[in-house]
Amino acid sequence: MDKPIAIELKHITKTFGAKVVANKDVTMDLRKGEILSILGENGSGKTTLMNMLAGIYYPDEGKIFVNGEEATIKNPKDAFRYKIGMIHQHFKLVDVFTAADNVILGEKMPEYSVRKEYSRLQKKYSEQFREIRSQEKDYIEKGGKRFSKEHDDLIRKEARIVTRAAIHMGSLGWIKLWKHAKFNHLSRYRVQTLQKIVDTYGFELDLSKKIYEMSVSEKQTVEIIKVLYRGADVLILDEPTAVLTPQEIKKLFDVLRKMRENGKSIVIITHKLNEVMEISDRVAVLRKGEHIATVLTSETNEKQLTEMMVGKKVDLNIDRKDPVDPKPRLFISHMTVLNKDGRRAVDDVSFTINGGEILGIAGISGNGQKELLEGIAGLQKVQNGEVIFHNPKKDKPVTFYHKSLKKIKAMAEEGFFHYPNGEKVDLKGKKKKEIVRLVNEEQILFYEDEIINLKHKSPREIQQLGIKLSFVPEDRLNMGLVGNMSIVDNMALRSYRKGRSIFVNKKKPKSLADKVIQELEVVTPSDMTPVRRLSGGNVQKVLVGREISSSPKVLMAAYPVRGLDINSSYLIYNLLNRQKEKNVAVVFVGEDLDVLLALSDRILVLSGGKVAGIVDARSVTKEEVGLMMTKKQEETEKEETENA
Amino acid sequence: MFISFLHNAIRFSTIFMYGSTGETLTERSGHLNLGTPGTMCLGALGGFLGVRIYLDSVASSGQMNGFLAVFIPILFALLFGACAGLLYSFFTVTLRCNQNVTGLTLTTFGIGLSNFVGSSINNTGFSAVSIFFRTGFVTKTNPNAFENLFLTYGALVYLAIILAIAVAVILRHTRIGLNVRAVGENPATADAAGINVTAYRYVSTIIGSAISGLGGLFYIMDYIGGNWQYAIDAFGWLAVALVIFTIWQSDLGILGAILFGALYVAPNYINTGTAGYIKELIKMLPYIITIVVLIITSIFGSRKAQPPAGLGLNYFREER
Amino acid sequence: MRKEFKHEPLFHISKRMDISTAQKWIIRLSAGILAVLVCSLIATIFTHNFGGFFKSMGSGTFGTAIRRWNLLEKLAILLCIALALTPAFKMRFWNIGAEGQTLIGCLVSAICMFYIRGSIANPLLLLISFVGSVGAGMLWGFIPAFFKAKWNTNETLFTLMMNYVAMYLVTFFISFAVRSGSGVLGYQPFGHLPLLQIPGLAPTGQKFLLTVILVAVLVVLMYVYLRFSKHGYEISVVGESVNTARYIGINVRKVIIRTMLLSGAICGFAGWLLVTGARFTVNKDLVGGDGFTAILVAWLAHFNPLGMLLTAFLVVFLKQGASQLVTDFKIGKDYFGDVITGIFFFFIIGCEFFINYRINFKKRTVKAAASSDTENPSEGADEPSAEAPTLPEAEAASEEAVAANREVE
Repeated sequence: MDKPIAIELKHITKTFGAKVVANKDVTMDLRKGEILSILGENGSGKTTLMNMLAGIYYPDEGKIFVNGEEATIKNPKDAFRYKIGMIHQHFKLVDVFTAADNVILGEKMPEYSVRKEYSRLQKKYSEQFREIRSQEKDYIEKGGKRFSKEHDDLIRKEARIVTRAAIHMGSLGWIKLWKHAKFNHLSRYRVQTLQKIVDTYGFELDLSKKIYEMSVSEKQTVEIIKVLYRGADVLILDEPTAVLTPQEIKKLFDVLRKMRENGKSIVIITHKLNEVMEISDRVAVLRKGEHIATVLTSETNEKQLTEMMVGKKVDLNIDRKDPVDPKPRLFISHMTVLNKDGRRAVDDVSFTINGGEILGIAGISGNGQKELLEGIAGLQKVQNGEVIFHNPKKDKPVTFYHKSLKKIKAMAEEGFFHYPNGEKVDLKGKKKKEIVRLVNEEQILFYEDEIINLKHKSPREIQQLGIKLSFVPEDRLNMGLVGNMSIVDNMALRSYRKGRSIFVNKKKPKSLADKVIQELEVVTPSDMTPVRRLSGGNVQKVLVGREISSSPKVLMAAYPVRGLDINSSYLIYNLLNRQKEKNVAVVFVGEDLDVLLALSDRILVLSGGKVAGIVDARSVTKEEVGLMMTKKQEETEKEETENA
Repeated sequence: MFISFLHNAIRFSTIFMYGSTGETLTERSGHLNLGTPGTMCLGALGGFLGVRIYLDSVASSGQMNGFLAVFIPILFALLFGACAGLLYSFFTVTLRCNQNVTGLTLTTFGIGLSNFVGSSINNTGFSAVSIFFRTGFVTKTNPNAFENLFLTYGALVYLAIILAIAVAVILRHTRIGLNVRAVGENPATADAAGINVTAYRYVSTIIGSAISGLGGLFYIMDYIGGNWQYAIDAFGWLAVALVIFTIWQSDLGILGAILFGALYVAPNYINTGTAGYIKELIKMLPYIITIVVLIITSIFGSRKAQPPAGLGLNYFREER
Repeated sequence: MRKEFKHEPLFHISKRMDISTAQKWIIRLSAGILAVLVCSLIATIFTHNFGGFFKSMGSGTFGTAIRRWNLLEKLAILLCIALALTPAFKMRFWNIGAEGQTLIGCLVSAICMFYIRGSIANPLLLLISFVGSVGAGMLWGFIPAFFKAKWNTNETLFTLMMNYVAMYLVTFFISFAVRSGSGVLGYQPFGHLPLLQIPGLAPTGQKFLLTVILVAVLVVLMYVYLRFSKHGYEISVVGESVNTARYIGINVRKVIIRTMLLSGAICGFAGWLLVTGARFTVNKDLVGGDGFTAILVAWLAHFNPLGMLLTAFLVVFLKQGASQLVTDFKIGKDYFGDVITGIFFFFIIGCEFFINYRINFKKRTVKAAASSDTENPSEGADEPSAEAPTLPEAEAASEEAVAANREVE
């Protein structure tokens, strides 16, 4: 506690709208040379608070002190001035620039004040001039001749100084312009400076690589170097580990520790307790915009922090029933999907999705989850492999309408048919007449399974085949809903094609909208409100409500509770469970392992686009899943390095 | 014959060069300025006014100073172009209006105003001033091929080439250029890096528009020799097309402009005999070539040939 | 205290999510009035007669029966082109090639009139030229749409270039057909739209009646098509979010091509109306920039066909009035209309800012108003981690905030 204070926040309040309080009367401090974790649930105001330090928001009330002095941080520029740098979760990088270009982007030009320079030069030249003048005076006083060669020389010197001064001082404006427009902004010197930072903290980065060729962790590294290069003393990292692999997290933490040794203050915004315990010196806990407490990490434990974070002990007991008669619904075999850059986002994945159970998909985000679901839904091209939809139907009688006698005989021999009592049909030795009788009396039955390959089928074709496949994508307003349309119009998205009329029937969507609003407790002024104006949780309710309304056979949900408060999250869990009870095959992509373990029946772990394992969610432990998420990655990485 | 064709092609290409250099700078900062035709018209109007004002200030044509006769109209053309850029930026940056709509309005307004005022300006004595515009390094009546190709143009032709190269170098190699490109690619990032997006967009657009404006002046005072003509807007649209044609590189724009110029003057060098209508088809070629290039770049577009990512999008900080 | 005040941002601009339709129209109306006032002042500079502006405007548009009919005809054509553009723009397809699509329709009509002449019955000729014009317009719309759908080729520039291809095709046709070399295709006596007459009304100018009726029908049809039909719904979805459209199984390519075929067809229809109903000839400036003006007309009306009635009327009124002004006061050539419409458009475009955004002055006395800006919490939705509060009562809260705000103001 003896370390000096770097930043102090006093009574900070920030509101959006009249009643939505993001931060309320927050008072806390940050010391030099420490790592402070800001812990809080989604929506607890962590990022908003830090954004006020970074100059992105301006507090409604309260004061910020930097090194003991009151600071006004109106914009990111001001934040730089106070040596505060923030690494946002969404990287602010220019894709087509190199790492080095991105780092020096917006760097402050060296100060060059024309007025100051002017007075400096004035002084300098007038001194020189005076000196020559006095020499000349001396010369005359000593009795030198006026128009002699020596005298001329002196006069000429005087003139030269005057001209030089005039030219120099007159061109100051141009010099300033030149300095601003300086060529070779990446002179060797600058790359060296950058390389020095890279080496000091042990980053691994090629400074001349373009951003669009980089991995997420490399991009993050660029962001950190950027902030360091600006000479920031305070670094704020917004959920830095969310997108990293465990190895990368380890490397990041090493770098952060080195920074701490160099006297930097570091703030990490996070909601992961283990990381808090591992890296930070102190923890500040926020709940619903209020600062609960700041404690020394060494004097606390995870349990206590959780209690502070959520207020009361959270019961994660999601009501999970055992699956009733799970039957395979979707077979995915050797599926490969390429991403935009042509890399294998989903790599030779095979698994089965059963009706009546929830299949959880675990994995660090960006390991192929999105592509997997979009591949199944027909939104991305499946490069390789099959997606087979399997819908068992009841016994069906054989008819001559569909099959010839010869074919029936042949198929009977292969054992496709059975009698109503379940016995296998054996037509050997039976007369034609008898077979005809059996068929006409509908005595020969078979299982007509609907087996449809969804590969290379568009969403529309899948719909036309009568396969009810619902999909809740992760980016709701970008895919799935239309932000500027009303709730009713959004409900019509799935059903507007129905009917022969050339006009859209809005009656059914309206009643569906009202039903969803009522049953899922969507908070909205009316059913004609554009979806964009709803809050995150309500948007999600609208989408999920619509997707389950069509009584789907398969329901896929990607991060359905992201950005939702606890109540809404539980509502979504319950909805998924209810679908499962209706014998729907539910796929749930999640990021919170606790939830995955509590909600799913089986868990598929994805790593680097490959299946790292499929486990029973009731018996597996969190650690085991965590291990699978990471272990496979090491192996694949090893392979890659070997190949390289 | 071929030399004279090339000479005229280069001379004509100057109009496109100014337009595309200005538009390149503007688009690199993220502004798809469809007001370029209007801006070029206004530049021409400015130059026309400048010539009139200069002529009114000298007593007789014998007392004209060649430098001033060229410099003052240039200054006016720059000023008018800059005003058009200011107007455009005010609407798109400060008032956050749709860029395409603002650009089209500026074009309507620019064409209207320039033709309304321009056609009513008394242009007696303009042909004398035009001679100053056309004076090159070599003025003899029978220049050899080298001189004809490189030394016989008026000052504005050389200025166009210098500006095109300067803009390319500044964008590629200087700090200011880096900032401009960042603003055009990803304004949110540039803003976060402490670059004043508003100022950069304003200044790039104003300078770009001022350069475009010179194109109009060149056409009016140099190419057609001091008469007012309603044709500049068509060149303005081609200049906009040229920017895409040369994938946002103003130095490539020089070559592209010469190609367009060549296609434009080609009909005069082709003897079609009685079938004069063939010439109309040749005049169509620059537009068709641009379409073909558009198609080809969109099919085989590499990452480098893509437009600035923030092109056409207004930036509002709180709208993240 | 003083120091702190100095450092605070002077004002703050935030997005306005809620504004009543009445308020919107008040803002737009005042911008329009302001624009007309500014135009009149500018006109006064040239005419030295303030009242003369309004007088010329009035007499130029409503002074005589012929002028009234001219106004209606111009309005009909402009409206028709704007209607053509609407579905494309709703789909966020920047079709600035209406000029060319209309012109190519004009060209085909003129070709039919020129070559077929009186060799077949007039209705048949009309039918042929109708089919030809609409087909040509469709082709002009289809080409950029196809490349947009297939390779995402930039449609703004593509359609723009197509305008000039159409223009040179017109000059090509004229120099090919008119061997005299005059470059002017004269009046074509065959293939005119039939004259309708309202009994009891002076026959002057009523030759445009059919045109006006046809476009009026089109307005209603387009309104219904966009508002209630499945196609219209698909167009809106594609325009708002291509991803969502793909997600619900809309064939985006098909919709783009289909919509542009429609857009081009209506443009071709406008060209047909223009040539067979009013001009009876063709030249490369026949459409006269209406293709571009129509974009602004449609955009200003927010792609509402009924709203376009108003904006198109205002534009035609200003243009025709301005040309009367030019004749009345003998000021320069006839480009004054463009100046005036340009100014008018600038005002109307600019006023959208005040509809979409709210300026909050951070003064202590109005602190309550300033802090209750109705910035919407869900705007950070594209940023999942954004700590934008997701409290359920956010909506209700912002509604109340607005109410409170109004009271303060």
